[in-house]
Amino acid sequence: MTAITDDLVLPPRRFSLATAIRRNPTIAFGAVLLAALIIVGVFAPYIAYSDPFKIAPVNRLKPPSERWWFGTDQFGRDIFSRTVYGARVSLIVGLSVALFSSAVGLALGLLCGYFRKVDGIVMRIMDGLMAIPSILLAIALITLTRPSLGIVILAIVIPEVPRIVRVVRAVVLSIRSQPYIESAIAGGTKNTKLLLRHVLPNTLAPLIVQSTYVCASAMLIEASLSFLGAGVPPEVPSWGNIIAQGRTFFQIAPWTILIPGIFLAITVLAVNLLGDGLRDRLDPRLARRL
Amino acid sequence: MTAYIVRRLFATLPVMAVVALFVFFLLRFAPGDPAAIIAGEDATAEAIAAVRAKLGLDRPMVEQFFVWMLQLAQGDMGVSIFSNLAVTRLISQRLEPTVALTLSTLFVAVALSIPIGVLAAWKARKLVDRLVMGFAVLGFAMPGFVLAYILIYFFAVQWQLLPVQGYRPIAEGLWPFVECLILPSVALGVTYMALIARITRASMLEVLAQDYIRTANAKGLATDRVLLLHALKNAAVPIITVIGIGIALLISGVVITETVFNIPGLGRLTVDAVLKRDYPVVQGLILVFAAAKVLVNLIIDISYAFLDPRIRY
Repeated sequence: MTAITDDLVLPPRRFSLATAIRRNPTIAFGAVLLAALIIVGVFAPYIAYSDPFKIAPVNRLKPPSERWWFGTDQFGRDIFSRTVYGARVSLIVGLSVALFSSAVGLALGLLCGYFRKVDGIVMRIMDGLMAIPSILLAIALITLTRPSLGIVILAIVIPEVPRIVRVVRAVVLSIRSQPYIESAIAGGTKNTKLLLRHVLPNTLAPLIVQSTYVCASAMLIEASLSFLGAGVPPEVPSWGNIIAQGRTFFQIAPWTILIPGIFLAITVLAVNLLGDGLRDRLDPRLARRL
Repeated sequence: MTAYIVRRLFATLPVMAVVALFVFFLLRFAPGDPAAIIAGEDATAEAIAAVRAKLGLDRPMVEQFFVWMLQLAQGDMGVSIFSNLAVTRLISQRLEPTVALTLSTLFVAVALSIPIGVLAAWKARKLVDRLVMGFAVLGFAMPGFVLAYILIYFFAVQWQLLPVQGYRPIAEGLWPFVECLILPSVALGVTYMALIARITRASMLEVLAQDYIRTANAKGLATDRVLLLHALKNAAVPIITVIGIGIALLISGVVITETVFNIPGLGRLTVDAVLKRDYPVVQGLILVFAAAKVLVNLIIDISYAFLDPRIRY
């Protein structure tokens, strides 16, 4: 019997940032943009040079200039400071909706894919929820409660959960019949261990990809809700609220809408690019289809 | 075929039932006291009690449920808290602008995005393809209302080519009607176009790699014939699917687009109802929008069977 030689062992690959960026330009681009926005959000009080809530009627509707980088709104509030603080709302909503809906969606998806009895009932409910346009579902919930950030997050999580459940369930169904799952069942592995040890890891890649898309969509829905007057309370400087308050004066002061609007578009773009990049990297089967 | 259609029709019933149950229980189990919230910030106890009575919330839950189901089965969606008009009447009054906007957007989006997608697939990895994909990525990130304001700023305010906002019924003439719908349709349709163009490209790329396409090219068929007759037809199923999925996007987008362009349709009705916390109207609108979405899915599913005879359920 010959000894096993170490010839085939590859030298440990050194992590090179330059190579990583060259291989995944979209991930790098999206991540850098998103990181920049997170920095802006976290350090908002240091970046904003003036109080975003301060009303100064003398300075109303001033165009962008050296004094007011992004101009002022109809109350003389500084749009730059408000936009900087607005990053916080978008990021909090985007990240928490992604987190909560992934957690709930993962749990339900695993159960549905694995236990046929649960599947019938839960999937009927998910189909029903999917039939309601997400903005309307959120609006209905908000009509019945007092506006707050928490309610807005909840109102966006509910319509996003079915999207995660479907992705996770599809993965579970496809690996359920794999021989290694069958042999685990034959070997007497308990359901909980089987789900957590053997099934769960397979769902993670599509789950991460899907949750970035959920994050982007949550940011858009939050801004839309605020824009319609059904989002976070109007005094909170969210991008949707800044745009909503600029509507009346749009023709003479377009910056009140365009600047927060561009920030929103760039943020959503960053998250989507990150999602596309992660999908190409983590889920090549899906990537080939698009 | 008929059996399939009938089976598919019955399958829509549980979905609509879940939607109906959802709006029923949402009002009954919302955190806090919905009646107090609907009545307003400084409502008296009597006013709150009046709202509760009007919504039927003061009666036993089982009774409420059966009364509500019975009314719904008869097409009665209740009465608006504010105007005291029947919700069905409010909705039917506002139907035309929304249907016009949705159909014109659907038309604009499909007519522009499928050729773009086919072009991108044909010229894959060339400049045209990169431009199309760039547009698709941007279009997907652009919030509809921001784009709407950008369009208004240039086309209506700066160049004064199109009206800033408003809606004219088709009865007032074709051009005024169309003129008012151009900007809203483009603003509403961009995300949708991005979606369709991307899927068209992907689906076409897959089909163009098939052997029969090589055969068609080799026997000297004209390029347009190969692209349209041989490739696009076989690439149609995913495209149709995404057109259907996208209608959901349109329905959500309608609410916002109508607000920006001041179009008196179902979207405006929704926003007004939310601001007045008129729950019966919101509830009726959810049922109507969900029914529209279920109907679209039904049509899409049935169209598969026609497009691809291999599909049988």
